[in-house]
Amino acid sequence: MYKYSEFDSAFLAERNRQFRAQVERRIDGSLTEDEFKPLRLMNGVYLQLHAYMLRVAIPYGTLNGAQMDTLAVLADKWDKGYGHFTTRQNIQYNWPKLNDIPDMLDELAKVEMHAIQTSGNTIRNVTADHFAGAAADEIEDPRPIAELIRQWSTDHPEFQFMGRKFKIAVSAGVKDRAVLKAHDLAVRVVRNEAGDVGYQILVGGGLGRTPMIGKVLHDFLPRADLLPYIEAVVSVWNQIGRRDNKYKARIKITVHEHGIDDIRARVDERFALVRPTFDGIDQELFAEIQAHFAAPNFNSKSTEAFDTKYKNDVLFRSWADTNLHEHRADGYAIVTISTKKQGATPGDATADQMRTMAELARNFGHDELRISHEQNVILPHVHKSDLPAVYAALREADLHTANIGLISDIIACPGMDYCALATARSIPVAQQIATRFDELKLEHDIGHLQIKISGCINACGHHHVAHIGILGLDRAGVENYQITLGGDATWNAAIGERAGPGFAYDEIVPAIERLVQGYLNLRDNSDETFIDAYRRLGLAPFKAYLYPEAQANAA
Amino acid sequence: MARAFTPKVVTANHLLEGDVIYLTNSGDWTRTLCDAILLTDEADADLRLLEATKQVATVVGAYLADAATGPDGRPAPTHFREEFRRTGPSNYFHGKQAETSNV
Repeated sequence: MYKYSEFDSAFLAERNRQFRAQVERRIDGSLTEDEFKPLRLMNGVYLQLHAYMLRVAIPYGTLNGAQMDTLAVLADKWDKGYGHFTTRQNIQYNWPKLNDIPDMLDELAKVEMHAIQTSGNTIRNVTADHFAGAAADEIEDPRPIAELIRQWSTDHPEFQFMGRKFKIAVSAGVKDRAVLKAHDLAVRVVRNEAGDVGYQILVGGGLGRTPMIGKVLHDFLPRADLLPYIEAVVSVWNQIGRRDNKYKARIKITVHEHGIDDIRARVDERFALVRPTFDGIDQELFAEIQAHFAAPNFNSKSTEAFDTKYKNDVLFRSWADTNLHEHRADGYAIVTISTKKQGATPGDATADQMRTMAELARNFGHDELRISHEQNVILPHVHKSDLPAVYAALREADLHTANIGLISDIIACPGMDYCALATARSIPVAQQIATRFDELKLEHDIGHLQIKISGCINACGHHHVAHIGILGLDRAGVENYQITLGGDATWNAAIGERAGPGFAYDEIVPAIERLVQGYLNLRDNSDETFIDAYRRLGLAPFKAYLYPEAQANAA
Repeated sequence: MARAFTPKVVTANHLLEGDVIYLTNSGDWTRTLCDAILLTDEADADLRLLEATKQVATVVGAYLADAATGPDGRPAPTHFREEFRRTGPSNYFHGKQAETSNV
């Protein structure tokens, strides 16, 4: 993992000192809210429905035990004993007081964490494949370039007051686990025919009110060109992106309006100017960063304890079947800890649960943890012989839910329970769907199915790229939920298709139940997933289950 | 034709706590909607909002929210957003619902 240099620590200390002074000036009245707002946003401080919210960056979703322990300290000391992991691999605290936030930031700085650029019209916290460094299918660990981009973009003078925010994701797997095609800019580590490692650059993806799938801007960028090329892209957009209309300001609209070829030509022209200003320091820095991310010393020992437990304990087996993924090292597994116990708030963890996860990382996981955009927590490197002990500890902490990739593993934004922008609630809809399918005992029979819920059109809950997407709206003063079907968040990214009229708050869960029962009737066999059945059959047969009355009226 | 004026309360978030507050008849702030003043005159409402907005050291984001006279004769929300602001989130017993028995 990356360790701060003296420069990093000094920068953060100075930044926190500045923000503390800004908060003081706001409280004593020398700054108005209009003056203060952009400053607090650059430091991750929002004012939400019931309180301030502090969004802390977990760069590329990676943290160690001590950092997770500190997140627990913040939850206990300055919040209500819990935190909320988000779809951008951050953590949010829902109840801090304004004059406590500088202390919270100082506490975070002790473990090399911050909230810089988790908000505002800046380059946001860089996200990455949550299995980075552990996945069996990756070309190399993508986190060193994520860290390089983090350092380059943090406080970058050209990119502090842009027309809108800018989100970057990186991944190096054959499978895309980082929703690359829904980002303003995505870096995909690839290998060319000569066997050299380089980067494919995608641009212009995004969700929100105008969802767009990212397009390939460059097929193969040599290593040393990465930063100057990204700088050229952001610079071109910063110049020509629209500032007249906030809803047309993101790069996806710029790409859409100008066309990818025009953007490419402009980027090439800009790149020619920018490239010579990078004299190789970035590559020296990159080499240093890479050393920080050296793989742990994996142990080679027998997996017998795992094999025996797997054979004899049906609950352990069920958990292992859903929550483990293939690791690149022999005898190891990637453990996903579900924060989605049926009926609980997706992405929430209590301070005690955070401490349990930190302890497990230290004892059994080479002191590494990850946060996924799916709002779960990952122990990326666990030897299989330790899995029985890990599972036992997770059970103690009520973190053993075996539902990764299943219908109750729902992504949900905070919605109108917390968010000032929301138009409807998301969390209770997620809670009720998960609880209902748990009662029906159908979850494992249904198999892989992603439900994602957003409480407004900004789509923090990724509903556009869900197999079943739910969008909460305010229709004439009443909560109303629109369903989209057939979205996909992988390399085959697709925007879901709107199924038809929305459903009231008390109708949405029964509607989802009818839809899923419909899928069980329609599928070819138990191996055909919801998304596969949808691709084979199209919207019409599913619609018949969603709107039985319309069907009856038409007959 | 201009839409008819509907009753309003002046509401905002408190600068330090960040929690929801409402303007009272005396010009102070209360944390409970039922103690707010329900404004039925548009000019009066606009003036009170203007004065609330000037209190930069206490309040953030003051605005006029629709409200009605509840069964007890005191202000009550008419929109679900204001109902959540008045009570708190629905996933935990946190916020105003936990802090006061008189929401």
